[in-house]
Amino acid sequence: MALIRWHRPETARWDPFRQLSSLHSEIDRLFEAPLSALTAGLQPFTSGWSPALDLHEDKDNFTVRAELPGMKKEEIEISLHDGVLSISGERREVKHEDSGVHRSERFVGHFQRTLALPSAVDADKVKATYEDGILTVTLPKTEAAKPRQIQVKTR
Amino acid sequence: MNAVAEREKTNGTQVLQPERTYVAPEVNIFESKDQYVLEAEMPGVNKEGLEITLQDNILTITGHRADQPIGGEPLYRESRKADYRRVFELDPGIDGEKISARVDQGVLTLTLPKAERVKPRKITVA
Repeated sequence: MALIRWHRPETARWDPFRQLSSLHSEIDRLFEAPLSALTAGLQPFTSGWSPALDLHEDKDNFTVRAELPGMKKEEIEISLHDGVLSISGERREVKHEDSGVHRSERFVGHFQRTLALPSAVDADKVKATYEDGILTVTLPKTEAAKPRQIQVKTR
Repeated sequence: MNAVAEREKTNGTQVLQPERTYVAPEVNIFESKDQYVLEAEMPGVNKEGLEITLQDNILTITGHRADQPIGGEPLYRESRKADYRRVFELDPGIDGEKISARVDQGVLTLTLPKAERVKPRKITVA
Protein backbone atom coordinates (compact mmCIF):
# COMPACT_ATOMS: atom_id res chain seq x y z
CA MET A 1 0.00 0.00 0.00
CA ALA A 2 1.39 3.37 -0.89
CA LEU A 3 1.14 5.76 2.04
CA ILE A 4 1.72 8.73 -0.17
CA ARG A 5 -0.86 9.21 -2.84
CA TRP A 6 0.49 10.70 -5.99
CA HIS A 7 -1.65 13.51 -7.35
CA ARG A 8 -1.10 15.39 -10.54
CA PRO A 9 -1.55 19.08 -9.93
CA GLU A 10 -5.16 20.08 -10.54
CA THR A 11 -5.50 21.70 -13.91
CA ALA A 12 -8.83 23.41 -13.30
CA ARG A 13 -9.53 25.71 -10.38
CA TRP A 14 -13.12 24.67 -9.92
CA ASP A 15 -13.47 20.96 -9.11
CA PRO A 16 -16.93 19.90 -10.25
CA PHE A 17 -16.58 16.48 -8.70
CA ARG A 18 -16.83 17.31 -5.06
CA GLN A 19 -17.26 14.33 -2.86
CA LEU A 20 -20.30 14.63 -0.66
CA SER A 21 -18.76 12.89 2.27
CA SER A 22 -15.95 15.09 3.28
CA LEU A 23 -12.63 14.96 4.99
CA HIS A 24 -14.16 12.54 7.47
CA SER A 25 -14.46 9.92 4.80
CA GLU A 26 -10.98 10.50 3.44
CA ILE A 27 -9.51 9.87 6.86
CA ASP A 28 -11.66 6.77 7.20
CA ARG A 29 -10.20 5.52 3.97
CA LEU A 30 -6.68 5.97 5.24
CA PHE A 31 -7.44 3.95 8.34
CA GLU A 32 -9.46 1.33 6.53
CA ALA A 33 -6.74 0.40 4.09
CA PRO A 34 -5.14 -2.83 5.25
CA LEU A 35 -2.05 -2.18 7.32
CA SER A 36 -1.27 -5.87 7.10
CA ALA A 37 0.45 -5.24 3.79
CA LEU A 38 3.04 -3.24 5.70
CA THR A 39 3.47 -5.44 8.72
CA ALA A 40 3.14 -8.89 7.19
CA GLY A 41 6.84 -9.16 6.47
CA LEU A 42 6.26 -11.13 3.30
CA GLN A 43 8.29 -8.63 1.37
CA PRO A 44 10.13 -5.43 2.07
CA PHE A 45 7.97 -2.35 1.86
CA THR A 46 8.38 -0.58 -1.43
CA SER A 47 6.40 2.45 -2.36
CA GLY A 48 3.94 1.82 -5.13
CA TRP A 49 1.24 -0.65 -5.82
CA SER A 50 0.95 -3.66 -3.54
CA PRO A 51 -2.09 -5.60 -4.72
CA ALA A 52 -3.97 -7.41 -1.96
CA LEU A 53 -3.24 -11.13 -1.71
CA ASP A 54 -5.17 -13.92 -0.05
CA LEU A 55 -3.83 -17.40 0.59
CA HIS A 56 -6.17 -20.32 1.24
CA GLU A 57 -5.39 -23.98 1.83
CA ASP A 58 -7.47 -27.11 1.54
CA LYS A 59 -6.33 -30.68 1.62
CA ASP A 60 -5.37 -30.78 -2.05
CA ASN A 61 -4.45 -27.26 -3.09
CA PHE A 62 -3.21 -23.87 -2.16
CA THR A 63 -5.20 -21.05 -3.68
CA VAL A 64 -3.77 -17.57 -4.03
CA ARG A 65 -6.02 -14.71 -4.97
CA ALA A 66 -4.72 -11.28 -5.98
CA GLU A 67 -6.73 -8.13 -6.65
CA LEU A 68 -5.42 -6.79 -9.94
CA PRO A 69 -8.08 -4.67 -11.59
CA GLY A 70 -7.64 -3.26 -15.06
CA MET A 71 -4.93 -5.57 -16.37
CA LYS A 72 -4.83 -7.68 -19.48
CA LYS A 73 -4.03 -11.30 -18.76
CA GLU A 74 -0.97 -11.15 -21.02
CA GLU A 75 0.44 -8.41 -18.81
CA ILE A 76 0.46 -10.53 -15.65
CA GLU A 77 3.54 -12.65 -14.95
CA ILE A 78 3.39 -15.56 -12.55
CA SER A 79 6.41 -17.62 -11.64
CA LEU A 80 7.17 -20.31 -9.12
CA HIS A 81 10.66 -20.98 -7.89
CA ASP A 82 11.72 -23.08 -4.90
CA GLY A 83 8.30 -22.91 -3.35
CA VAL A 84 8.05 -19.14 -3.70
CA LEU A 85 5.28 -17.77 -5.87
CA SER A 86 5.87 -14.45 -7.54
CA ILE A 87 3.18 -12.34 -9.23
CA SER A 88 4.26 -9.26 -11.11
CA GLY A 89 3.36 -7.03 -13.99
CA GLU A 90 3.06 -3.52 -15.16
CA ARG A 91 0.06 -1.34 -15.56
CA ARG A 92 0.59 1.13 -18.31
CA GLU A 93 -0.78 4.59 -18.26
CA VAL A 94 -3.55 5.24 -20.77
CA LYS A 95 -2.84 8.61 -22.25
CA HIS A 96 -5.74 10.98 -22.49
CA GLU A 97 -4.20 13.46 -24.86
CA ASP A 98 -6.83 16.10 -25.02
CA SER A 99 -8.03 15.88 -21.44
CA GLY A 100 -7.25 17.59 -18.20
CA VAL A 101 -6.96 15.51 -15.06
CA HIS A 102 -9.20 16.13 -12.06
CA ARG A 103 -8.25 13.10 -10.02
CA SER A 104 -5.59 10.50 -10.47
CA GLU A 105 -5.77 7.88 -7.73
CA ARG A 106 -5.25 4.71 -9.72
CA PHE A 107 -1.77 3.37 -9.54
CA VAL A 108 0.30 3.14 -12.71
CA GLY A 109 3.51 1.23 -13.04
CA HIS A 110 5.22 -1.94 -12.02
CA PHE A 111 4.06 -4.15 -9.15
CA GLN A 112 5.34 -7.34 -7.61
CA ARG A 113 4.20 -9.61 -4.80
CA THR A 114 5.94 -12.72 -3.60
CA LEU A 115 4.61 -15.40 -1.33
CA ALA A 116 6.42 -18.36 0.19
CA LEU A 117 4.15 -21.39 0.17
CA PRO A 118 3.96 -23.43 3.37
CA SER A 119 4.52 -26.76 1.65
CA ALA A 120 5.57 -28.22 -1.67
CA VAL A 121 3.42 -27.84 -4.74
CA ASP A 122 3.47 -29.53 -8.11
CA ALA A 123 4.71 -26.81 -10.44
CA ASP A 124 3.45 -28.56 -13.56
CA LYS A 125 -0.14 -28.53 -12.40
CA VAL A 126 -0.46 -24.88 -11.39
CA LYS A 127 -3.43 -23.10 -12.97
CA ALA A 128 -4.36 -19.45 -13.05
CA THR A 129 -7.51 -17.58 -14.08
CA TYR A 130 -8.19 -13.86 -14.31
CA GLU A 131 -11.75 -12.66 -13.99
CA ASP A 132 -13.38 -9.40 -12.87
CA GLY A 133 -9.96 -8.06 -12.03
CA ILE A 134 -9.14 -10.93 -9.66
CA LEU A 135 -6.30 -13.32 -10.40
CA THR A 136 -6.80 -16.78 -8.91
CA VAL A 137 -3.82 -19.16 -8.84
CA THR A 138 -4.47 -22.77 -7.87
CA LEU A 139 -1.41 -24.73 -6.78
CA PRO A 140 -1.93 -28.44 -6.20
CA LYS A 141 0.10 -29.93 -3.40
CA THR A 142 2.52 -32.73 -4.11
CA GLU A 143 1.45 -36.13 -2.83
CA ALA A 144 4.03 -36.02 -0.11
CA ALA A 145 2.68 -32.74 1.20
CA LYS A 146 -0.93 -33.85 1.51
CA PRO A 147 -2.17 -34.65 4.99
CA ARG A 148 -2.46 -38.36 5.66
CA GLN A 149 -4.65 -40.16 8.08
CA ILE A 150 -2.74 -42.18 10.60
CA GLN A 151 -4.54 -45.11 12.10
CA VAL A 152 -4.38 -45.48 15.83
CA LYS A 153 -4.26 -49.10 16.81
CA THR A 154 -5.07 -50.34 20.24
CA ARG A 155 -3.71 -53.57 21.52
CA MET B 1 -15.85 6.45 13.80
CA ASN B 2 -17.17 3.88 11.37
CA ALA B 3 -20.69 4.03 12.75
CA VAL B 4 -20.82 7.78 12.27
CA ALA B 5 -19.52 7.52 8.73
CA GLU B 6 -22.13 4.90 7.86
CA ARG B 7 -24.92 7.17 9.01
CA GLU B 8 -23.56 10.00 6.91
CA LYS B 9 -23.56 7.88 3.81
CA THR B 10 -27.16 6.86 4.25
CA ASN B 11 -28.33 10.46 4.63
CA GLY B 12 -29.21 10.17 8.27
CA THR B 13 -31.78 7.42 7.98
CA GLN B 14 -31.16 4.43 10.16
CA VAL B 15 -30.28 1.47 7.99
CA LEU B 16 -30.15 -1.81 9.84
CA GLN B 17 -27.55 -3.69 7.87
CA PRO B 18 -24.93 -4.69 10.41
CA GLU B 19 -22.75 -6.61 7.96
CA ARG B 20 -22.65 -4.00 5.24
CA THR B 21 -19.48 -1.98 5.03
CA TYR B 22 -18.29 -0.01 2.07
CA VAL B 23 -14.93 0.97 0.77
CA ALA B 24 -14.39 3.84 -1.63
CA PRO B 25 -12.89 2.71 -4.92
CA GLU B 26 -9.95 4.62 -6.35
CA VAL B 27 -10.91 6.79 -9.29
CA ASN B 28 -9.36 8.70 -12.13
CA ILE B 29 -11.32 11.59 -13.56
CA PHE B 30 -10.50 13.27 -16.84
CA GLU B 31 -12.15 16.16 -18.58
CA SER B 32 -12.02 17.01 -22.25
CA LYS B 33 -13.98 19.64 -24.09
CA ASP B 34 -16.87 17.27 -24.84
CA GLN B 35 -17.09 14.99 -21.85
CA TYR B 36 -15.81 13.72 -18.56
CA VAL B 37 -14.44 10.21 -18.14
CA LEU B 38 -14.43 8.54 -14.76
CA GLU B 39 -12.61 5.26 -14.09
CA ALA B 40 -13.25 3.43 -10.84
CA GLU B 41 -11.33 0.37 -9.66
CA MET B 42 -13.53 -2.29 -8.15
CA PRO B 43 -11.87 -5.70 -8.33
CA GLY B 44 -14.36 -8.52 -7.96
CA VAL B 45 -17.23 -6.52 -9.44
CA ASN B 46 -18.82 -7.33 -12.77
CA LYS B 47 -21.82 -5.98 -14.66
CA GLU B 48 -24.35 -7.75 -12.45
CA GLY B 49 -22.94 -6.28 -9.28
CA LEU B 50 -22.94 -2.66 -10.38
CA GLU B 51 -25.48 -0.06 -9.36
CA ILE B 52 -25.13 3.42 -10.77
CA THR B 53 -27.76 5.97 -9.88
CA LEU B 54 -28.12 9.62 -10.69
CA GLN B 55 -30.49 11.80 -8.74
CA ASP B 56 -30.51 15.56 -9.18
CA ASN B 57 -26.79 16.05 -9.61
CA ILE B 58 -25.71 13.30 -7.27
CA LEU B 59 -24.04 10.28 -8.82
CA THR B 60 -23.78 7.18 -6.65
CA ILE B 61 -21.66 4.25 -7.73
CA THR B 62 -22.07 1.00 -5.82
CA GLY B 63 -20.28 -2.22 -6.68
CA HIS B 64 -21.18 -5.56 -5.10
CA ARG B 65 -18.39 -8.10 -5.17
CA ALA B 66 -19.15 -11.37 -6.88
CA ASP B 67 -16.70 -13.25 -4.74
CA GLN B 68 -16.56 -16.85 -5.61
CA PRO B 69 -16.02 -18.68 -2.34
CA ILE B 70 -12.65 -20.35 -2.13
CA GLY B 71 -12.59 -23.77 -0.56
CA GLY B 72 -10.38 -24.40 2.40
CA GLU B 73 -8.88 -22.46 5.27
CA PRO B 74 -7.74 -18.89 4.84
CA LEU B 75 -4.08 -18.79 5.86
CA TYR B 76 -3.42 -15.19 5.05
CA ARG B 77 -5.84 -12.50 4.01
CA GLU B 78 -5.35 -8.95 2.84
CA SER B 79 -8.47 -8.39 0.79
CA ARG B 80 -11.61 -7.13 2.46
CA LYS B 81 -15.14 -8.37 2.16
CA ALA B 82 -16.48 -4.84 1.78
CA ASP B 83 -18.40 -3.72 -1.28
CA TYR B 84 -17.53 -0.50 -3.04
CA ARG B 85 -19.30 2.79 -2.94
CA ARG B 86 -18.54 6.36 -3.82
CA VAL B 87 -20.73 9.39 -4.26
CA PHE B 88 -20.05 12.41 -6.45
CA GLU B 89 -21.68 15.72 -7.05
CA LEU B 90 -21.67 16.32 -10.77
CA ASP B 91 -21.01 19.40 -12.79
CA PRO B 92 -24.53 20.56 -13.78
CA GLY B 93 -23.25 20.84 -17.35
CA ILE B 94 -23.26 17.06 -17.69
CA ASP B 95 -26.07 15.59 -19.74
CA GLY B 96 -27.47 12.95 -17.39
CA GLU B 97 -29.37 11.14 -20.12
CA LYS B 98 -26.28 10.42 -22.13
CA ILE B 99 -24.05 8.88 -19.44
CA SER B 100 -22.72 5.51 -20.53
CA ALA B 101 -20.92 2.84 -18.54
CA ARG B 102 -18.65 -0.07 -19.30
CA VAL B 103 -16.93 -2.51 -16.97
CA ASP B 104 -13.86 -4.57 -17.77
CA GLN B 105 -11.76 -6.65 -15.37
CA GLY B 106 -13.01 -4.84 -12.33
CA VAL B 107 -12.65 -1.34 -13.74
CA LEU B 108 -15.76 0.75 -14.37
CA THR B 109 -15.42 3.43 -17.02
CA LEU B 110 -18.15 6.06 -17.07
CA THR B 111 -18.42 8.51 -19.92
CA LEU B 112 -20.31 11.66 -19.03
CA PRO B 113 -20.93 13.91 -22.02
CA LYS B 114 -21.38 17.59 -21.51
CA ALA B 115 -24.63 19.10 -22.62
CA GLU B 116 -24.45 21.02 -25.89
CA ARG B 117 -25.03 24.43 -24.45
CA VAL B 118 -22.09 24.06 -22.10
CA LYS B 119 -19.40 23.14 -24.61
CA PRO B 120 -16.97 25.90 -25.37
CA ARG B 121 -18.08 27.67 -28.48
CA LYS B 122 -16.28 29.96 -30.76
CA ILE B 123 -18.13 33.18 -31.25
CA THR B 124 -17.30 34.77 -34.53
CA VAL B 125 -17.10 38.47 -34.81
CA ALA B 126 -19.03 39.74 -37.75
